Amino acid sequence: MLEIKNLHANIEGKEILKGINLKVNAGEVHAIMGPNGGGKSTLAQVLAGREEYEVTKGEVSFQGKDLLTLSPEDRAREGIFLAFQYPIEIPGVSNTNLLKTALNEIRKYRGQEEFDAMEFLTLLKKRMKLVEMDQSLLSRSVNEGFSGGEKKRNEILQMAVLEPVLSILDETDSGLDIDALRIVANGVNKLKSKERATIVVTHYQRLLNYIVPDFVHVLYNGKIVKSGGKELALELEEKGYDWLKDQQELVTN
Amino acid sequence: MSNKTEIKNWYLSRFKDFENSLNGESAKPIHKLRKEAIENFSLLNFPTTHDEDWKYTSIAPLLSHNFKPSDGISHLDENKIKKFLQYKFTTNVLIFVNGKFIKRLSKTKNLPQGVIADNMASAISSNSPVIKEHFNKYANNKEQIFTALSTAFTTDGAFIFVPDGKIVEEPIHILFITDSKGEKILTQPRNLLVAGKNSQVSIIEHYASTNDDIYFTNVITEIAAGEDSVIDIVKLQEESINSFHICRVEVNQERGSNFTSHSISLGGEIARNDINARFNDQGSECTLNGLYLLKGKQLYDSHTMIDHAKPYCNSHEHYKGILDDKSRGVFNGKVLVRQDAQKTNAFQENKNIILSDDALVNTKPQLEIFADDVKCSHGATVGQLDNDSLFYLKSRGIGKEKALSILIHAFASDIIKSIKAETVKNYLENILEKTFNKESSRN
Repeated sequence: MLEIKNLHANIEGKEILKGINLKVNAGEVHAIMGPNGGGKSTLAQVLAGREEYEVTKGEVSFQGKDLLTLSPEDRAREGIFLAFQYPIEIPGVSNTNLLKTALNEIRKYRGQEEFDAMEFLTLLKKRMKLVEMDQSLLSRSVNEGFSGGEKKRNEILQMAVLEPVLSILDETDSGLDIDALRIVANGVNKLKSKERATIVVTHYQRLLNYIVPDFVHVLYNGKIVKSGGKELALELEEKGYDWLKDQQELVTN
Repeated sequence: MSNKTEIKNWYLSRFKDFENSLNGESAKPIHKLRKEAIENFSLLNFPTTHDEDWKYTSIAPLLSHNFKPSDGISHLDENKIKKFLQYKFTTNVLIFVNGKFIKRLSKTKNLPQGVIADNMASAISSNSPVIKEHFNKYANNKEQIFTALSTAFTTDGAFIFVPDGKIVEEPIHILFITDSKGEKILTQPRNLLVAGKNSQVSIIEHYASTNDDIYFTNVITEIAAGEDSVIDIVKLQEESINSFHICRVEVNQERGSNFTSHSISLGGEIARNDINARFNDQGSECTLNGLYLLKGKQLYDSHTMIDHAKPYCNSHEHYKGILDDKSRGVFNGKVLVRQDAQKTNAFQENKNIILSDDALVNTKPQLEIFADDVKCSHGATVGQLDNDSLFYLKSRGIGKEKALSILIHAFASDIIKSIKAETVKNYLENILEKTFNKESSRN
C-alpha cells in the first residue's frame, strides 16, 4: 500500500530524514519508535504533506500513486489520515461542522454521494460510541477546552468517521493516562481491517501492549536502523535506545 | 474640484437651492436650526490627515466629487424595494429611498401603545415634545463639520420613541436605500431614538443601494437611553463599493441603561463611523461590537469614544476586521475614565486578519484613565490566518478555499453570534461566506 524509497527531508535547511526506506502492506500495523529528535514525527508529517518540510530526495508511492505530488487535502482524500501529536484548537469551528465538511469533501472526491445533516449525525453518533465521547463535545469548537485525553480521542473519532485506508498516529499516547490510552487503543483496534494499515509513531513501548504491531522499526538520526517484530519493542523497553545508538556507532566505525 | 474652499462653496450654494425649495418651511423653528448649522459649516474646515482623528483617513477622494443633496425623488419600483426585504428580518419596517420616507411600503405591527416608529419629517412637523426635548441635544454641529452639514439639510430620517415601561418585542428594521441612477447624490438621514425608563427596543439600521454608483451618505443618529432602558442596534452597512459613508452616532446613557451596538460594515470607497457614548449616570453598560469586511481599495475607519463620566459603569468594545487585496482599516477606540468614575470596568479589543500582503491596518487603543479604582484593558492584533489550523483542516480532506472560508467564519463568529435576531445572523453568515470566496463574483 505504501512504499517509501530513500526519503530525505529538510526543515529550515536542516536535514531530518536521511534516507528512509519502508514498505507497508494492507492489513499491517507498523510501529515507528526511536529517541526524540530522530525524525519520527517528521516522517509522519511529511507523509501527510506538511509544507514546512522540503523533500529533497526519494519517492513515496501510495496505492500506486506518487504521493509527493499530491496536496495535503488530496492525500487525505486518497485515504491517508494523520492523528496529530498536538491537535489544534480551532475556536469558532464546531467539531460536527469540521467532520461533516471533511467527510463530504472526501466522498465528493471519490464520486460518492454527500451526506445530509441527518445522515451525517446518525453516522457520527455511532462512531462516538467507539471512543466513548460525550455528545456534548460535538457542538463545541474543535478541541477547544478539551483535555489532552479528549483531544486524542477526538483524533480517533475523526479517524472513525473519515475511515482512512492508512492511519498515521503521531505519538498519540503522549500525555495520556492509562484510561485514555485504553480508550484510544480500543478505538484504533476496532477500526483495523484487512484493507487498512496503521503506522503508530511512539516513543514508549506501552501503547504497543494495546495496539499490537506486526512490525517495529527504530528511527534514529533520520534513518531506520533496525526492524523487527513486536519483540523488538520489548527489547528496546528493557535496554533503552542507547543500546541501539552504541550498535550504530559500531557499524559506522 | 479638489480645492477644499471650492467644495465648501459648492455645498453652501446647494444649501441656498435647498432653502429656496422649502415653500413656507423657512418660517419654522427647524429652519432656524438649519441656518445655524450651515453658518457653523461655513466656519469649520474639512479634516485633513494633519488632524489626529483623521490621521490615517484622507477624505480627498470624497471631496473630489460634487455631490448633490438628494431631493428624495426616486422612481424605484416596489418590487425592487421588496427585494431588500426578502430575508424578512422582522415585520416592522420603515423604508427610505434616497433619504425620503416611503410611507405606503412601511409598516409596523403590534407595537405597544404609545410607541412611535415613524419618520423624522412627521415628528418635526407635529411639534412632538419628544423632539423638543431630545432632538439635536447630543449631536454637535458647532465643532463637527459633517454634523453641521447634515443638520443644515435636515429633512428626514427615522424617529423611534418608546415610552416608559414599554417593551418592543419585534425588532424595527429601518432600511435606507440609495437609488442614484448614475447621479452623484448625497443623502443625509437624521435619526433619533428615545427609549424611556425601563423600556426595551431593538433596531436594525440598514444601508443598501441598487447598484455600485458613486454617492455619499452622511448620517447622524442621536440616541437617548433612559434609565434602565435596554437598546440593541444592529447597523448593517452594505453600500456600493464606490460610495462614501460617514456616520456619527451620539449616545447618552442615563442610570442603569444598557446600550449595545453591532456595527457590521462591508465598507465603501471610504466608510467612517464615529460612535460617541456617554455615561450620564451610574450603573450603566455600553457594548460596542463591530465587524468589517474589506476588499479592493476600500478604506474603513472606526472611531469610538466611551466617556465614563460617572462611576460603576461597564463598557465592552469588541471589533474585528478581515481585510483582503489593498484594503485599509483604521480603528481608534478612545475610553475616557474621569476622576470620579470609580469601579469602572472598560474592556476593549480590536482583532484583524489580513488575507493579502497589501492590506493594512492601523489600530490604536486610547485609554485615558483618571480614576484609580478601575479595571481597564485593551488589546489589538493584526495577523494572518493560522497556518497550523489551515494544515489541520487540509489534512482532513478540506480544500484550501473551503479551509480559508471556515477559518474566516470562525474568526468572525463571535461577533455574529452576539446578534440576537436569527434572521439577521443567517443573513450575515451568508454575506461572510460570499465576500471572501474567490470563486464567487463580488456584487
